[in-house]
Amino acid sequence: MRALLHQQWTCYKLQLKVLSTSAFEGFLAVLFPLMFASAALLIYRVQDDPESMQYAGLGAAIMGMWTAQGVVAASMLSRERWAGTLELVVASPAGLGRVLVPATLAMSTIGLYCVVATIAWERWVFDLRLEISSWPLFVLSVLLTALTLALVGYFIAVTTTRYRYSGTLGAALEYPGWILCGFLIPVASLPAVLQPLSWAIPTTWGMAAIRSSADGGSPWGDLAACAATGAVYAVLAAWLGSRLVESARRHATLALT
Amino acid sequence: MTSLRIFVIGGLMSYRALFGWLKPGILIPTLVFTPICQILLFAYIGRSAGVGDDEFYVIGNALNYAAIPCLFAMSFTIEGERQGGTLGIVLTTPARRLPLFLGRALPVVVNGWAVAMIGVVGGALLLDVHIPGGAWPSIVLAVVVTSASCTGLGLAMGAVTLRVRQGSTIANVVFCVLLVFSGVNVAQSDLPGWMAAVGDWLPLTHGIQAARLLADGSGLGAVDGLLLRETGIGLLYTVAGLALLRFFEDESRRSASLDRV
Repeated sequence: MRALLHQQWTCYKLQLKVLSTSAFEGFLAVLFPLMFASAALLIYRVQDDPESMQYAGLGAAIMGMWTAQGVVAASMLSRERWAGTLELVVASPAGLGRVLVPATLAMSTIGLYCVVATIAWERWVFDLRLEISSWPLFVLSVLLTALTLALVGYFIAVTTTRYRYSGTLGAALEYPGWILCGFLIPVASLPAVLQPLSWAIPTTWGMAAIRSSADGGSPWGDLAACAATGAVYAVLAAWLGSRLVESARRHATLALT
Repeated sequence: MTSLRIFVIGGLMSYRALFGWLKPGILIPTLVFTPICQILLFAYIGRSAGVGDDEFYVIGNALNYAAIPCLFAMSFTIEGERQGGTLGIVLTTPARRLPLFLGRALPVVVNGWAVAMIGVVGGALLLDVHIPGGAWPSIVLAVVVTSASCTGLGLAMGAVTLRVRQGSTIANVVFCVLLVFSGVNVAQSDLPGWMAAVGDWLPLTHGIQAARLLADGSGLGAVDGLLLRETGIGLLYTVAGLALLRFFEDESRRSASLDRV
């Protein structure tokens, strides 16, 4: 257990260092959603309705978590491939999941930084003070959202193991995530055909829990749904990860050369 | 004649070789799927906020997305040569710089135009936006002008990548600036004064305004001033880009920093 925790902590620390010093995965992962959040807030502020601004402000604060995770996780194994370290990661006795989960947790940490930076940005630039009814529940909801997003990131990372253009796929996931997860658009206002997709993403439930804890409602039901859907992604990722890596090793296709 | 050859053939070859997205696996998600998603995102935000109509967001975001190939391709033109180890060779040739770099910009203008048109047509179909049939030729023209003006900014940005390593990061930052300041999702009149003032000096702003008026049924004569301003701003950035290329080229020779990665 001690060895496992040590390995997880070391991996997390290293990945956090790599991400936070990268202009593309660190700086842009914060700036890009921040600018989109600003664009959305500029739209909402036209009506000058404090309730709408509270809605948009909360969603805008959380949407950066999706970017920090989805976009970066998709290209994580491709980056290892370019660096020539993918074979080492796959062949290590630690197992792929034990390497990927701390890495996606590091991405979620960048996502948490996005949340704090956007809340500060909203306050300084838009003079928007978010009304949070229960800070402990709000923080708990944000943390659980970050944790389950790390599991989604784990799933995305393993499913793109053998996809050459995984970085592009990750970038293409950014807008659908922003549309589906209820950050700035109520899920109920999306076309009916898209709504089940929203419910299949833990972040949608996490966002609902964050709104409930800010509005004074009970977030527990949404938090339970968030944890449950996150767990499904973790199980699927673990299963798919071992199958895909085993297949890549058998067919010698890991390098994609 | 040599300059014309460098402009047309050189430009096309460079675009095919250096625009790293010319593979279906990258091109379709990046330049077809994503612009449609951006349009849908802001159209639904607009509906949710009760601000603007779908047509407003379709035009604004489709034209905004023209900036992606315009900015990135021009940056790839320089960065790609550096990564291929050919930047030094290109810059030691006696070829005139004007056709050399403007030739590289021409296919980019066409690409930017195509991406914006895919956005306008796709967004209009998906969101059931009606644009009068007679307005389309004028909109096509407005999009050409806007793409060309964005490419001017891309050229200036490409010049900076002669000295700065992170071309893609800079392109993303500039794209975000255009998104917020150019009236893509909020009318210039609804932006804070200082933001509107900055937007007046950026490409896209006047092109988007012109395209919106055209889609609303105005004639080309009603938007000629806007299109002229868009062209003027594009020219300004093009001239600045060429001057910067000259400056950074001289600078990199002096400091032997051309191939420093």
